[in-house]
Amino acid sequence: MEEETEALEEMERELEEMRECYRSGRTMEASWRKSQLKGLLRLLREREEEIFRALHQDLGKHPAEAYRDEIGSLIKSVNYALDGLKRWMSGNKAKLPRIALLTTAKILPEPLGLVLVISSWNFPIGLSLEPLIGALAAGNAVVLKPSELAPECSSLLANAIPYYLDDKAVKVIQGGPGIGERLLHKKWDKIFFTGSARIGRKVIAAAAEHLTPVTLELGGKCPAVIDTLSSSFDRKVAVQRVLGAKFSFSAGQACIGVDYVLVEKKFSSALVELMKVVMKKMFGESPRESQSVARIVNKHHFLRLRSLLLDPLVKSSIVYGGSMDEESLFIEPTILMDPPLQAAIMMDEIFGPLLPIVTLNKIEDSIEFINSRPKPLAIYVFTKDEPLRRSMVSKTSSGSIVFNDAIIQYLADTLPFGGIGESGMGRYHGKFSFDTFSHQKAVVRRSFLVDFWFRFPPWNDHKLQLFRSSYHYDYLGIVLTVLGLKRTNRASKGI
Amino acid sequence: MAGEDKKQQPFDSKAASSLVAELRGAFASGTTRSYQWRESQLRGLLRMTDEHEQDIVAALRSDLGKPELESVLYEAAMLRNSCKFALKELQRWMMPEKVKTSLTTFPSSAEIVSEPLGVVLIISAWNYPYLLSLDPVVGAIAAGNAVVLKPSEIAPATSALLAKLLGEYMDSSSIRVVEGAVPETTALLEQKWDKIFYTGNGRVGRIVMAAAAKHLTPVVLELGGKSPVVVDSGINLQIACRRIIVGKWGNNNGQACIASDYIITTKDLAPKLVRLPYPHVLVFSLYGVVSCTLPYLFQVDVLKNELETFYGKNPLESKDLSRIVNSDHFTRLTKLLDEDKVSKKVVYGGERDPTKLQIAPTILLDVPRDSLIMNEEIFGPLLPILTVDKLEESFDIINSGAKPLAAYIFTNDKKLKEHFVNNVSAGGLVVNDTTVHLAVHALPFGGVGESGIGAYHGKFSFDAFSHKKAVVYRSFMGDAAIRYPPYTNGKLRLMKALLGGSILGILRALFGRS
Repeated sequence: MEEETEALEEMERELEEMRECYRSGRTMEASWRKSQLKGLLRLLREREEEIFRALHQDLGKHPAEAYRDEIGSLIKSVNYALDGLKRWMSGNKAKLPRIALLTTAKILPEPLGLVLVISSWNFPIGLSLEPLIGALAAGNAVVLKPSELAPECSSLLANAIPYYLDDKAVKVIQGGPGIGERLLHKKWDKIFFTGSARIGRKVIAAAAEHLTPVTLELGGKCPAVIDTLSSSFDRKVAVQRVLGAKFSFSAGQACIGVDYVLVEKKFSSALVELMKVVMKKMFGESPRESQSVARIVNKHHFLRLRSLLLDPLVKSSIVYGGSMDEESLFIEPTILMDPPLQAAIMMDEIFGPLLPIVTLNKIEDSIEFINSRPKPLAIYVFTKDEPLRRSMVSKTSSGSIVFNDAIIQYLADTLPFGGIGESGMGRYHGKFSFDTFSHQKAVVRRSFLVDFWFRFPPWNDHKLQLFRSSYHYDYLGIVLTVLGLKRTNRASKGI
Repeated sequence: MAGEDKKQQPFDSKAASSLVAELRGAFASGTTRSYQWRESQLRGLLRMTDEHEQDIVAALRSDLGKPELESVLYEAAMLRNSCKFALKELQRWMMPEKVKTSLTTFPSSAEIVSEPLGVVLIISAWNYPYLLSLDPVVGAIAAGNAVVLKPSEIAPATSALLAKLLGEYMDSSSIRVVEGAVPETTALLEQKWDKIFYTGNGRVGRIVMAAAAKHLTPVVLELGGKSPVVVDSGINLQIACRRIIVGKWGNNNGQACIASDYIITTKDLAPKLVRLPYPHVLVFSLYGVVSCTLPYLFQVDVLKNELETFYGKNPLESKDLSRIVNSDHFTRLTKLLDEDKVSKKVVYGGERDPTKLQIAPTILLDVPRDSLIMNEEIFGPLLPILTVDKLEESFDIINSGAKPLAAYIFTNDKKLKEHFVNNVSAGGLVVNDTTVHLAVHALPFGGVGESGIGAYHGKFSFDAFSHKKAVVYRSFMGDAAIRYPPYTNGKLRLMKALLGGSILGILRALFGRS
């Protein structure tokens, strides 16, 4: 118990030091922000081999995957932030009506203060550092709590960050749910959380105590709707993209990975046959030896995924793959055809390399299918049909929607990345990261020279009339009223 | 006989749940999404405000004793402007925003589409009960949502008027009013909403956010705080005081979230005085020359002078001041005034009439920082003045407390202005005036830290009630084999080059040279 109190006090002391550092104004300087971003760039370049090793150890990722999804993507984001920083920091002028003489208005972004970033285990480097880029660009002091389920990556970050970044203003606090809980109950100026909806609820409930704004990047069951495609070229590309998006991103353990496929009955068998061909090409006869599929993060998730296949009706729907090896925590990329909709595999976010294919009578039925379930983080639609495209955009709701590809929206700096409803709140990437960690402060400057005397009491009809004209930007009306040439009209509906 | 037996059904959890279900059905039917619907509802609000201005004025007078001019200007006119601005911009707001795409997602095109969130709950406050109920509704409708409005029960006449008028003028399949107090609000908060917009205080704000947390519902909280006014020397004191007065007592008698809460100024103001067209300026110039210790009295005298000009010698009888909303707040305010630490610091006003729930404009000088009046948002006609040795100290004082909704400074000193703007954190800042930023559509209106989450007004209202969906269109062409397994080191090299974005790098990788 004493140890507990001591640890809590130690944490509070560290945080107070960080708040002091923030108050000193250091993190607000453009030069500081630039130096931190450049530090991140150096970290990514110099520690590349270490990062590859850590990701391989924690998740069995091949360096190509690690670079594509984490290191490369981060480098792109840091450069984008360095490029835009000055512009972002300068804010925007706000347009004023002419009547506002000698007045200027502007929106000035300012940092929030001391922020907490809690990241997840599936892209442990990427999902820790991507929010960090935004927090630092916006001038905040940051505490990062990486996921303990990716321990090598967590250690790497804890060692590298103090070396490359300002260790008084940026700290890494490692630990499990206990530490996470303690951190959540401190007072932060913002909490940025990536993870499950269950923990997401805890985060926002804790934030409510201090009226702390939050961004929650959660998950959901992201569907891939595959329309009947006539061209065999298109079919091959579609299948490659869907299977790539499912199995080659952290073995399906990705919030924007494809969770399940929706396809018309009459196209489904052709689709499955094509999928089998592409699967062989991508993963070979023995996927485990191919080194192209990550492994499951830990035993808990392995057992969870295995139990999804225990239901005999689900098991019998497997059309490809299905083998599992508990010792190496490996699950073969698996395709299922029409498992029962009430089975757990169709109710919960799968987060693993199991791909159910759900057949429908008409492809348009996919709209209702998707809408009867919680709003997902992303919807993927493979089609060339214009009316279907328009319907999907206007009739479904999701964090994002992508046509004829998947996951690619993650790389776009100009698109907001975030969820809606159960899949999250808030967004980031590109300038949206900067904005999510900033307060947009309204600033109005007035001169002493101009005032409308009718601003002030005592009130009378004359002043009321002048106000009516002002609100209407009726400059002539103002002049006439002042000159006594316009009658004051109490019942006027002119305003 | 049957009519007499009809009892009002209590609005409980079950009623709230079926209300939400009904509105979800209406939203799912797509009615609220069309431009025509949104436009017709906004026009409805405009007509409603035009045709019932006098009823609105009467309700506000009954609830708050609000002077007609304040009701017409700060509630009716502002709401009208909000509607008109939304009507003017709506088509543009509804259009998708095309965005640039880069080499990493080539070839593709992308845009951001605004879509309604669904069914939203708006809980409003009692001090500007008409405006603060309907201004968020304007945003919610413009964004295409179905809306439930819960007006404040502390302004009952306005609440009843809103229930009646919205029932008459708006599409009641998608826009509803629920009147009531804590039980009804609790029942509403238990439901799953797509957004909750709350205007009020921090205590209830926490309750709203905690309730929203259960359903992962995003919120906008428009709260409050102690909005300070820093007054420097070397300015036109008369204009400054007038602006401070109209921003405080001219706004519902100080019961406004962005009213100046307290003044901070230097003990030492005299040498930088500005000439005034009043006789006593000569006296005070002498004062300045003779004694540098009490020049802040000059400022108080300007304040006193202007207050008298505005409200007369007996402000309790002035028709131009709102009364205190109810006896709870009256008691709260008199407690602030009568605390031992500050009761002797009153230099102007202090009169009160409990029967009429009126408190005269009151100024207190040099209140201790640990007094009650300096530790809660005053929300009333009391204006304490804090004095410091150097004006720069005021920034530390402001930043050591909770971030307020607004902060003001009166100064001509360029460096001080910049220092203030760059270092004081608040929802919004105004230099050389107070409260005016509220009326600028192009500025986001909201708090930070304890003063709130989110913002609205103008397009920010539309955005607050929209989901900005990212839409990417890709063609089937332009795929790179390097995207897919099997993974090789060659693919790794190429990928590095592509993500690096340099053509040379790509060429090198393609030819195996990097």
